[in-house]
Amino acid sequence: MLLAAITIGVVIVALLWDLVLPSVKEAFERHKARREIIPGASYDPGRERRAEQRARQLLRSCVNEEEWSMYRDLGFIRVWGAMARVPRRGRIGDDPRAGAPYAYLVYPHKPIVAYLPQTSELLNEYCVEFPDETRPYGSARLPDSDDVLAKWMALTGDERRLIAMANMHLPGRQVDPKQVRRDLWRLSQWERERLRRAPRSPGEVPAP
Amino acid sequence: MKPGHGEVLIAEGDVEVAEEEELLVQEFRRQLDQGMWAAVPERTSAGRREARMVKAFGEIPRDADRVIFFPRAAGGA
Repeated sequence: MLLAAITIGVVIVALLWDLVLPSVKEAFERHKARREIIPGASYDPGRERRAEQRARQLLRSCVNEEEWSMYRDLGFIRVWGAMARVPRRGRIGDDPRAGAPYAYLVYPHKPIVAYLPQTSELLNEYCVEFPDETRPYGSARLPDSDDVLAKWMALTGDERRLIAMANMHLPGRQVDPKQVRRDLWRLSQWERERLRRAPRSPGEVPAP
Repeated sequence: MKPGHGEVLIAEGDVEVAEEEELLVQEFRRQLDQGMWAAVPERTSAGRREARMVKAFGEIPRDADRVIFFPRAAGGA
């Protein structure tokens, strides 16, 4: 009788062991994985901020004073386009916009927006990125001000090549046209204020 | 320009010193081989600031005080 009870007990323990063992093993592995030290660069919360500060200094040293102030105050830079064609005389039916001065709004990590300053008409969005695939700190993304500087250098240095490489879309695909129009209005106000504050030359009389 | 870091000084030297110029040439080539673009910020005769994109060391003005390397542009989404 005792032998039978012991045998049944052993069988029950063996069956339970088979059932419980996998879940015990899994729980142990999970616990080990949670406590494992993952090799890699330690996270530095101030690194991105310091990178952005360095990028802002570099941008400031490259662009002119007006562009820097524009970026500091408004968060974008206007770059004048250099590919406006001179309209030919006597050609009826040609696009009246041909030859008109145009400009780009350069935002950090957003498409470049082309527009006509005279009418505020939005022309296109040019989606372009400057990814560093070596990912030195785990990201391919430049600091905001470096992204703006890269666009500025590429636009002022070789506008045709940059525009050819970018993906062109109609306005509104990624950047809200309402926001762009608001930015253009802010830009006009900013320029007006800047003109008002500019020191006048001696003898110049302010307009009534 | 580096993600997560910003500006990094890669090399510096005087182009009038042959050894230093050679070092600068080598570093310039290495950066371009890595797929970077190079630009020289400059001021035009009219006083405008702009960049000059350079593809060879010889295109860099001798009086340039720096060359900025940045990742090559790619069409975005």
